[in-house]
Amino acid sequence: MPIRKRKFDSLIIGAGGGGLRAALQLSRADAQVAVVSKVFPTRSHTVAAQGGVNAALANVSEDNWHWHMFDTIKGSDYLGDQDAIEYMCRAASRIVYELEHTGVPFSRLDNGRIYQRAFGGQSKHFGGEQATRTCAAADRTGHAILHSLYQQNIRAKTHFFDEYFAIDLIKDDAGYVLGALVMEIETGEPMLIEAKTTLLATGGAGQLYRTTTNALINTGDGMAMALRAGVPLQDMEFFQFHPTGIAGKGMLITEGVRGEGGYLINRDGERFMERYAPHAKDLASRDVVSRAIYIEIREGRGCGPDRDHVLLKVDHLGPEVIKKRLPGIRDLCLTFLHSDPIEKPIPVYPTAHYTMGGIPTNRYAQVVTPARHGPEEVVPGLYAAGECACVSVHGANRLGGNSLLDILVFGRAAANHIIDYLNESRYHRGLPDAGVQQAMARLERWDKKGDGETVDSVRAELTRVMEQHCGVFREQTMLDEGVKKVQELASRMQEVRLTDHSRIFNTARVEALELENLMDIALATVCSASARTESRGAHSRVDYPDRDDEHWLKHSLYFNDCSLDYKPVRMKPLTVDSFPPKARVY
Amino acid sequence: MAAVRFSIYRYDPEQDQRARMQDYTLEHVGKDMMLLDALLELKKMDESLGFRRSCREGVCGSDAMSINGRNSLACITPLATLKQPVTLRPLPGRPVVRDLIVDMSQFYHQYREVKPYLTVHDPLPEVELSQSPQDREKLDGLYECILCACCSTACPSFWWNPDKFMGPAALLQAWRFLADSRDQDTDARLDALQGPYKLFRCHTIMSCVDVCPKGLNPTLAIGKIKDLMIKRSV
Repeated sequence: MPIRKRKFDSLIIGAGGGGLRAALQLSRADAQVAVVSKVFPTRSHTVAAQGGVNAALANVSEDNWHWHMFDTIKGSDYLGDQDAIEYMCRAASRIVYELEHTGVPFSRLDNGRIYQRAFGGQSKHFGGEQATRTCAAADRTGHAILHSLYQQNIRAKTHFFDEYFAIDLIKDDAGYVLGALVMEIETGEPMLIEAKTTLLATGGAGQLYRTTTNALINTGDGMAMALRAGVPLQDMEFFQFHPTGIAGKGMLITEGVRGEGGYLINRDGERFMERYAPHAKDLASRDVVSRAIYIEIREGRGCGPDRDHVLLKVDHLGPEVIKKRLPGIRDLCLTFLHSDPIEKPIPVYPTAHYTMGGIPTNRYAQVVTPARHGPEEVVPGLYAAGECACVSVHGANRLGGNSLLDILVFGRAAANHIIDYLNESRYHRGLPDAGVQQAMARLERWDKKGDGETVDSVRAELTRVMEQHCGVFREQTMLDEGVKKVQELASRMQEVRLTDHSRIFNTARVEALELENLMDIALATVCSASARTESRGAHSRVDYPDRDDEHWLKHSLYFNDCSLDYKPVRMKPLTVDSFPPKARVY
Repeated sequence: MAAVRFSIYRYDPEQDQRARMQDYTLEHVGKDMMLLDALLELKKMDESLGFRRSCREGVCGSDAMSINGRNSLACITPLATLKQPVTLRPLPGRPVVRDLIVDMSQFYHQYREVKPYLTVHDPLPEVELSQSPQDREKLDGLYECILCACCSTACPSFWWNPDKFMGPAALLQAWRFLADSRDQDTDARLDALQGPYKLFRCHTIMSCVDVCPKGLNPTLAIGKIKDLMIKRSV
């Protein structure tokens, strides 16, 4: 039976904030857009973002995009590309105002302007006093943004393919990406979507780890698709552990809790962040706070009978502030801990949270790869934005509140560039049969019957290996063992079989395809980590405790054949002076 | 906690003539386990068991189902609070695609029908539209909806007239925009809800309020739309 085929100007894979922001821009420009998402759009993981989005609106106290730019570069431990960071921080205010116009119910100040709160790593005057820069809708900012963007896409009549799973990109011999093979989950039927441009906006890969703040859908599908299409993944060794996941469970407790005045204590009741970051204290960068918690626990100052977590104290803020500014956090505590933060502190532990690395792009969200003539050759027709991409605006460590900003700024940037590209490319190039067959083979592989390991058992082992060998603190032997173990797991994938070969809404098959994606990304992460012999941002090596700018001020590029390459960090901003690497203290 | 018994609605349209209830027992149940955790464990034993899920914390709205006869989200329902056998069925009144997965298209259609987006006719300023904290507070209890469909599929009026009555979820969103001080489409929104069915089929049975996992109150919102309509007509 021939495969069903649809033809659009532009294909977007992923319906989180990045995908929907791009879709909105394209639909408004009268492009024919198809958005493919494996879940109904408002169930995408952007919905779980809590604290807010950074923009130097100066609604609460004086502020400036240039200070935001400095904070982001310092937060990135100087691995962020300064041109992209300048672009993002400059665009931030406009992006937030536009969002507000789309309907986002931001919390408000008494003068009617958007409420902003303090967040980690944000300063005035290039490292001075704490800035108040994070625009918030209570502690449900991601939910408010995602729903508003979806709503405006309804108005713009964007074409959605809800509950379709993307299998692989289709590429021709000249290197153009021409669309993707997808599967309608409800019927199990494959479908080809032909498009002049394809934007990957598939989010991160938090499901690499056993305990994670991430949703079960965050399996890095777009990153793995890019890898299989010959694109390397950049800076995958940098994985953020959020300091405050609910201990033992992983649900995110926003940094906004500390932004509103909450702080961490150890078993002696000591506010220990004062020792690690005398100036910023609890609002130091996430990598710094996560390491501090880890050390407190390792040195026996953890709380609880097993001394295995620390406490986030909030009761001193009073019921008024907690109910008004942190209602979602209170709900989470009541539901999962059966305790009220108004009365009792929250047990927290560093939890896998964010993939800083991803598909390399330039600041127009075009995917770039070292092909023939240099490290940054554009892959025609292919774009990536948000957590699946690596622009890189987060470098070695992302600041809180910069993730929502990233998806919005670069979702929009991608759409702007795509509009130009569509104007220049009047005709579809036609889909090559070979590419389609290869993608179909990936889908049909799971029809094999017989005995074998289960998807679940391999996935459980993978997340355990990642937790043990590629966590907050790393060391060579541990990493090398990790590489071996993931390689061994990857080879076992051949023998994994499904017992359920039904077509209709077969979630087991979707999970098998997701595991393949996770496996590729796990290997990328642990290989990149094993090679980088320095400590920078979220990549903390106990055997190489210092940052080594002489040898390592460069981006890693991991290819699907397990080889690594490197490319320089873009230190030159667009218009202002470069921020040269300095010692990073908070 | 000892083992927990389940009775789960199963229907695979490729194999089953009709739906059946299947018994499962889960050993070694953790003290703090949520129902979704249990379902994920059961799926390890039987990978053919179909249900939607994603965030695990009650914000994405994927895993709504009928739990011991009451609609709720599996991920925020503690297993220990449930009477055994824990009986799980798909959301009522919707066509079943497979097992606990229902066809949500009618529900989404109604959502789209109420034009759930901010509409401003005036030229937009270069900064944010101003809104007082008091006006913003009017959106609390409205914007938090996660579109899980627990409410609409618990509503008898929706069961009888799913094609004509908008249902509580869509009407809550209709009010969310009517209540927004920034929105300038009040007349059109009210006009679109005229007639005996779309809005007025709500008989304040309040099942929606009873089941909403986010503690929202669609009945109150529907009452406010009715008030506004009456106020406009006099």
